Amino acid sequence: MTVKDFTEQFGYEILTCADKADKTEITGVYICDLLSMAMARVKDGNMWVTVHTNVNIVAVAYLTNAACIVIPENIEVEEITVSKAAEKGIIIIRAPHTSYEICVNYYLKSSELSHG
Amino acid sequence: MSSLIRKEYDIPANDFSRAGEASSNVRKLLTQLGVNPTIIKRTSIAMYEAELNAVIHGNGGKARVEIFEDRIEILVYDEGPGIADIELAMQEGYSTAPDYIREMGFGAGMGLSNIKKNSDKFVIESELNKGTRVYITIYLY
Repeated sequence: MTVKDFTEQFGYEILTCADKADKTEITGVYICDLLSMAMARVKDGNMWVTVHTNVNIVAVAYLTNAACIVIPENIEVEEITVSKAAEKGIIIIRAPHTSYEICVNYYLKSSELSHG
Repeated sequence: MSSLIRKEYDIPANDFSRAGEASSNVRKLLTQLGVNPTIIKRTSIAMYEAELNAVIHGNGGKARVEIFEDRIEILVYDEGPGIADIELAMQEGYSTAPDYIREMGFGAGMGLSNIKKNSDKFVIESELNKGTRVYITIYLY
């Protein structure tokens, strides 16, 4: 499933690098708000869900090769973070749902795709 | 044996809009060189943590990255306050980061152990009121 497939299905907003969304495959999800933990654990192609919106999340996503950053509960994202993500080619999406609901949605959608 | 590529980076103090820039540059360089993705990831994690330590605790510093035929050597150094007890600082969960740093998601006390886990060789030297030097070696093969 690509970032575009996922966001379209649930009406999530793509804040940066929308042009990459249909080319970026999602391999799984990791949820954590400790940056060191995310640095150590986000796998290539994972969606990383975090409530942090400060500019440091961009470097973490870039260095871990995350598919995208997902900001839950429609939290406002700082302007500097948006511009840095656009510069680094990092997709940020924003969802009205909680981190848990985002995960469930991903799980349901990916099971549907794999089981037909 | 001299290094094939040598790069120096400035790490600005408390400037979070630029924190992680040096590691990001190194990641880009290693990708261009066609280095194995697992090694790029280990290098990125180790260097990012050392860089952020210099930003948060060391009043900024410098990084020197050397790429040899068989390995990557990284030195991150600062002239900050130094670490009083390295053994304690190495313990997962121990951190002296202030609240405003923790609010950004740092200060989990995992930085040094993340560096150690992802390096093949890791040496840290620190002296109070003089600064800290972190040496990271990662083998390419």
